[in-house]
Order: sequence, then C-alpha cells, then structure tokens
Amino acid sequence: MLKIALWKRVTIWALVLTGLLMALPNAFYARVEQHNDAISGIGAAGDGPDRQAALAAWPGWLPSSLVNLGLDLRGGAHLLTEVRVEEVYETRVQAMWPEIRNLLRAERTTIGAIRRQDGPPDELRIRISDPTGMARAVELVRGLAQPVVTLTDVGGSDIVVSGTGDILTVTLSEAERAATDERTVRQSLEIIRRRVDEVGTREPTIQRQGRQRIIVQVPGLGSAAELKALLGTPAKLEFKPVVRRTSDAGAIPGVGNQVLPSVDPREDGTFYIVERAAVVTGEELVDAQPSFDQNGLPAVSFRFNPSGARKFGDYTAENVGSPFAIILDGEVISAPVIQSHIPGGSGIITGSFTVEASTDLAVLLRAGALPAGLDILEERTIGPELGQDSIEAGRIACIIAFAAVLVFMAASYGLFGLFANIALVLNVGLIFGLLSMIGATLTLPGIAGIVLTIGMAVDANVLIFERIREELKTARGPARAIELGYEKALSAILDANITTFITAVILFVMGSGPVRGFSVTLGLGIITSVFTAIYVTRLMIVMWFERKRPRTIEV
Amino acid sequence: MRLKLVPAKTDWDFFSIARLTFGLSAAAMVASAILFLTVGLNYGIDFRGGTTFRTTAEREVVIADYRAAILPLGLGDISITEVFDPTKPDQNVTQIRVEAQEGDEAVTTETSAAVLAALQQVDPGLSFLSVESVGPKVSGELIRAAVVAVMLAIGAVLFYIWLRFEWQFSLGAVAALIHDVAITIGVFSLLGIKFDLAIIAALLTIVGYSLNDTVVVFDRVRENLRKYKKKDLKGVLNLSINETLSRTVMTSVTTLLALISLFILGGDVIRGFVFAMILGVVIGTYSSVFVASAILLRLGVKRDWSKPDANTGNRFAGTDA
Repeated sequence: MLKIALWKRVTIWALVLTGLLMALPNAFYARVEQHNDAISGIGAAGDGPDRQAALAAWPGWLPSSLVNLGLDLRGGAHLLTEVRVEEVYETRVQAMWPEIRNLLRAERTTIGAIRRQDGPPDELRIRISDPTGMARAVELVRGLAQPVVTLTDVGGSDIVVSGTGDILTVTLSEAERAATDERTVRQSLEIIRRRVDEVGTREPTIQRQGRQRIIVQVPGLGSAAELKALLGTPAKLEFKPVVRRTSDAGAIPGVGNQVLPSVDPREDGTFYIVERAAVVTGEELVDAQPSFDQNGLPAVSFRFNPSGARKFGDYTAENVGSPFAIILDGEVISAPVIQSHIPGGSGIITGSFTVEASTDLAVLLRAGALPAGLDILEERTIGPELGQDSIEAGRIACIIAFAAVLVFMAASYGLFGLFANIALVLNVGLIFGLLSMIGATLTLPGIAGIVLTIGMAVDANVLIFERIREELKTARGPARAIELGYEKALSAILDANITTFITAVILFVMGSGPVRGFSVTLGLGIITSVFTAIYVTRLMIVMWFERKRPRTIEV
Repeated sequence: MRLKLVPAKTDWDFFSIARLTFGLSAAAMVASAILFLTVGLNYGIDFRGGTTFRTTAEREVVIADYRAAILPLGLGDISITEVFDPTKPDQNVTQIRVEAQEGDEAVTTETSAAVLAALQQVDPGLSFLSVESVGPKVSGELIRAAVVAVMLAIGAVLFYIWLRFEWQFSLGAVAALIHDVAITIGVFSLLGIKFDLAIIAALLTIVGYSLNDTVVVFDRVRENLRKYKKKDLKGVLNLSINETLSRTVMTSVTTLLALISLFILGGDVIRGFVFAMILGVVIGTYSSVFVASAILLRLGVKRDWSKPDANTGNRFAGTDA
C-alpha cells in the first residue's frame, strides 16, 4: 500500500528540479539578459570591461535561456508583409528579349522580320512578318527553355511558347512561376534580415509565413514607421544610358527604351527616356556610404565589385560626354554627364538628398535590393510604456490570483491543501522552465493562460482530495482511502485535461499571434499540472504518510 | 475548521426544476441568436480591417474635440472611446478606431502621422501608445481561421467523448458547448464589447473548460451506472452530480478567483478577454449540470456496461500512476 519505487521518486524530484533550474534565470531577468548580451557582444565586437562585468553577473554554469517577452509586453513593431512575387515574372520575361531577338534574327530567311508587340508585362509578344515560319520560330524559342529546378523535383520547362497567327507569345510556365516565387520570397527574407540587422536592433524575428508572406517583428523599435521606411522601398539601383530628355510623360520611348520620371525637384516635370537594359545594377555594389559632394551637399558614395567596376569603367570610357542616368526604383535620381573615364569602380550619387535620406539610402544599398516590392498587410506597434504597464498589471494579477487560490485551498483542505499549494508553486515554476527551454515567447494572453492554469491546476488536486474524502467514508483505513482516491480520480483527471489539451492544440495550429501565445501557456500548463497533481502531490502525501503514520486523516 | 462551500453530503434533485432551466437556457439561446442577428457583434479590426490608435494625453479627454480634429481628414467612419483604467487614472487613454482605407491594406505612415498631428492640435502632449492596423485581406482570413478553429475544436471534442463514452454523452456535452458559446456571443452582442482574435481564444477556452466540467460529471455517471445497476437513470444522474458538486464548485471558485483578479488588475488590454472567460466559467458550470446532464437524461443510455468485455470506457483507470 502506498508504495512508490525509489527510482520513481528520484525521477520525479529530478524532473521538478530540472524544471525549476531552467526557470531560475527568469527570476533575474535583467541580469541574465545582460549576461547573454555580453556573450554575443564579446563574440561579435570584442571584449571590454563592461562586458566582463555583465558576464560575471550571472554564473556561466547555470542555465541562461530566458522566456522571450512578446511585443505586447516589451513594446515593438510587428509587420506582416506580402511579397509582390508577380513583379519578378516581368523582369524575367523582359530579360529574355535580347536573347530571343538575336536567335530569331539569325533565322530571318524563314520567319521574316520580327517586331516586339505591346502586351501584358509578364508576357513577351513578338510579331513575325512571315506566319508560315511560325512553327520554326516556336521551335527555336522553345530551344531556349531550361528545366525548372526546385527542391522537390527537376523537370518541366521554364517557359511556355505558343504561336497564333503571326504572334509568338512567351510566358513563364506554372512550375517556373512557383519556383520563382519561392526564390523571390527567400531572397526577400534574406534582404529584409540584412536591412534590419544594418540598423542594429536586437533580436528581430523575421519569419516566412505561408507562400509569399513575411513577418517582421522588431522589439523596442519606436514606431513601425521606421521599420516600414526600411522595408518600403525595393532600393533597386540601376545605371542606364540616357536616350534623351523630355517634358512629356506620354512620349513614345521606342522599342527597348522606357520613360522614367525625374525625382529631382530642380527638374520638376522632366522625364528621361532611357534604355531598358541597365549597364550596371546595385547588385554589383560592395559598399555604399553617406558622404558629401564637391558642393558640400549630401550624397552617397559607392564602390563596385570587380566585374561591376569593369562594366562601369568600360561604359564610361566609351561614352564620355553623354548623360548617364542613376535610377532608384524606377525614378531617375540624377543624370550626370560623364566627364571622363571612371576606372576605379567607385563613384558618388548626387541628387537632392537630405543628410538623413543619404544615410538611409546608403543602408538600403549596402543591404541589397529587394527582388520585389512588399505590401504591408498588418501592422502592430506597441509602445514600450504600454508593454511595461501590461507586464506590471500581469505580474500583480498573477500574484493576487496566486495568493487567493493558495489561501482558498489551505482553508478548504488543510494540510492536503498545503501540499496542493506547494505543487501549484512548483507548477508555475515548471511552466516557466518549459517556456525557457523551448524558447517560447510570453505574451499578454500568455500570462492570461498562466493565470487560468493557476485556477485550473488545482482542479486535478481537488478531484483527488474530494475522492479521498469520499473513500474515507467507506474504505478501511486512510492509506487505502488515499490510494483509492488517486486511482479513481485518475480517469476523470485525464479525460478532463485531454479535452482541454485538444482545444489548446487546435488553438496553436489554427491561431496566430495572441491566440498562439495563449495556447502555448495553456497547453504547457495542462501538462505540468497533470504531472504535479498525479506525481508530485502524491509523492509528497506518501512521504508525509510514511513519516507520520496517522491513524486517521482529515482532508 | 475547514471551509466548505457545499455541505459534505447533498441530496438535491437537479431535475425537479428541469423544465424551468431548460426554458431558461432555450430562451437565452434564442435571445442570443436574435441579438447576434440584429445588434451584431462589435468586431474589432482583426475581423473587419482598419486601424486602432491608442493614445495617451496630458489633459482630460474630450471625445467631441478628438472627433472634430480627426473628421476633416476624411478617413470615413471613426469611433472614439475613452479607456477607463482604475489603476491608471491620470493617463487619459483613448482608443480610436478608423476603418480600412480604400486601396490600402495596412495604415500608411502618412495617415498615422496625419492623425497624430490632428490630435496634437487638441492636446500637444498627446502620443500614441500603440497603433494596430489590419488590412481587409488579412482580416478575411482571420475570420475564416477563427470559425474553422471553433468548429474543429467542437468536432474534435465530440469525437473524443464519443470514443471514451457513448454517443449520448457526446451529444449532451456538445449541446452544452454550443449553449455556452452561443450565450457568450449573445452577451457580447448585447454589451457591445469589442470582439477580436483574443475573444476567439477565450471562446475556445470556454469550450475546453465547459467540457472539463461536463467530463468530470460524466465520468462519475459512468462509474455509478456500473455500480448501481438497479437505480434509474435520473437517480444515477442526480447522485453523480451531487457527489461531484463539491469539486465542481471548488474548481469554479478557484478559477474565478484567478480570473477576477486578472479582470480587475490585469489592465484593460485583456479585460474583454478575461470577461469572456469569467462568463464562460459561470455558464459552463451551469451547463454541465443543467444542459449536458439533462440532455443525457432525455436521450437515455444503455445500461449493460458491466459485461466483462465492455471495459473500453475505463481504459485509464487501471494504469499505475
């Protein structure tokens, strides 16, 4: 009767101690946070007396993982963005034109003259003057197709070529679109990460969600406006030859050219007709820094990698005296006339910048261009004060809830109530231990989940104690009553908690943001409360019983 | 001396007032449905898109002035409410909701700057505590996900109870669930409390909690059905409810103690959420006795569980803990 094997006792206490040890750093939040910062700081930026002091503030042999505080508790900005993946189709299709043109021109004898037609941006339409050669033309262009390579399979062609009448149409295939989407989103993720890192905020969360969405969460950033400015522009830098200037937005650019507006306020209403194909792009930049031009106006200086430098040098050598457009996201920043051959691969972008704008632009250029624009679908900015208030409120509510439940349990069940209370304290410790261990994020609804768990955790113990009371009336002796109480309450405890756990799991899978934070603490709370109720309090009661051997017990 | 909320032994007949409680529950559900259809829920931006600004100011809030300041911006329908927090009386907090703007998904930087500038005309010391904006695209998806989550939760639970008990128990439990969720939604419509994602979480917790309660009663019913083979179902149900009554009340009270402290002290950001849970705990406790068990009584259960091969229902009882 009432026997628990030694190995079980050891295991139970070991689990409890491990959990509490994992929870311990959270009791010294600020200190451990500085300690962790010092470790990463020493790794990244070298040693220093401050860092050593912070490092020493928390012993290295103790666990140091903390519960992350959610944005609603620490303040910060959350953005849900969608990548405009379609934009890349256009670039891809347009880029094929020179190659197709050269290919078809070589076959002029069978297909006649070719001419590009207007069409949707993600489609290339070519008119051939001899429709009888269409079959040949289609065959030729199909020869350019590459197999689509994705993580899951290789196969299928990247382009779809069709010919009706005298029009040849080239578009991207479905498989290629899917593969392009995948690449675009990954690339965007990487660029966003670099940009956010450039401004040096701590612990940003940048995650992909679904097929083409990216969540960016930056704790502590004053406002989402700052973050949006960082992500709002693709920052695609291009250097293109200028064909001519015009003041007519509707000017016909001619095949292979485009009309772009100037953003320089000194040239209001001016448009540039430039060639579509860029000489060099921002992808070949290795550095960009804010600086000043010879007139002392803010500017951005840049440096190309060797291949970019060569292209830039060759072009400037051949085109001395012609204007050269510097284009950012489809707008001409400036179009200086090439004064001389620029061999070194470095240069300066002038325009009507403020100091701030030149600094921002330099950051964006260093991080690289986003492959496509971003739409912001959801934004949540929580001021740090509100977060602090919420933590404070949550903490007070937790303590009061805790105290009320402790007093109530002790008043209702006496000594057994005390056992349940110790288990409840352990329970909350274990929840924090688990949260730290899995690196979960604690949010305000998460705190609500913990408070609810405090209320519900006693349920298992209540079930057992009530059952023991009942068994005391009929069973022979207290030991038997305790044993029967545990045995018979078990199925109710498990059924009741499994059903609640099911809802917690569904919340976790289906929910986002606040709902998820709540489901995590609720689910963990159910696990720890069942564990403490059927193992820990039982062990405590058995240990007490073995010592005292009471003839009668009162529950 | 022990604190006892319920006498050690009770022998109350819970079904003597079945007609009254059934009528009450049915009336409450009908009223909820009517309220939901006529008044409707006060959806937060999570579900209908738009932006909320939470402001704090130095001077006392005059809602009319705030409204007059924002109206010229032409942002369409706006609602301004003062947030009263007893623990922070001098913060002068308001919540301003602006509907989703044509053509934009989330709020633009220009719009929020314009709103801030307009409000600072009224009170120069005003600042935003938080800005939350959800585009129509996302809010549509959130509604769908929320509805699916509630349905899934109810379905999963229906299945689990059917597995562990009998289909009659399952129906009784789910009827109680729908009852609880419907009335909570009715109360939210009536009081016009903001209904957002967090409330969905609260609804699902109510589902979990209500079940928790129902399952404990049912578990005892199952046990007593085996024990008292001669007793009629009504007697068994009454006995089971009486036996578990002390536990039902204890658990409800501890949970309510925790929730009420959160309601009073937890700040207004989660007050709606906590309110939904308090409501759910009260209704859930009521419904496990007066709805779930009452339906079980109407449906009847088969009584030949004591056959040796029929111990499927009590799988866990023999496990060594």
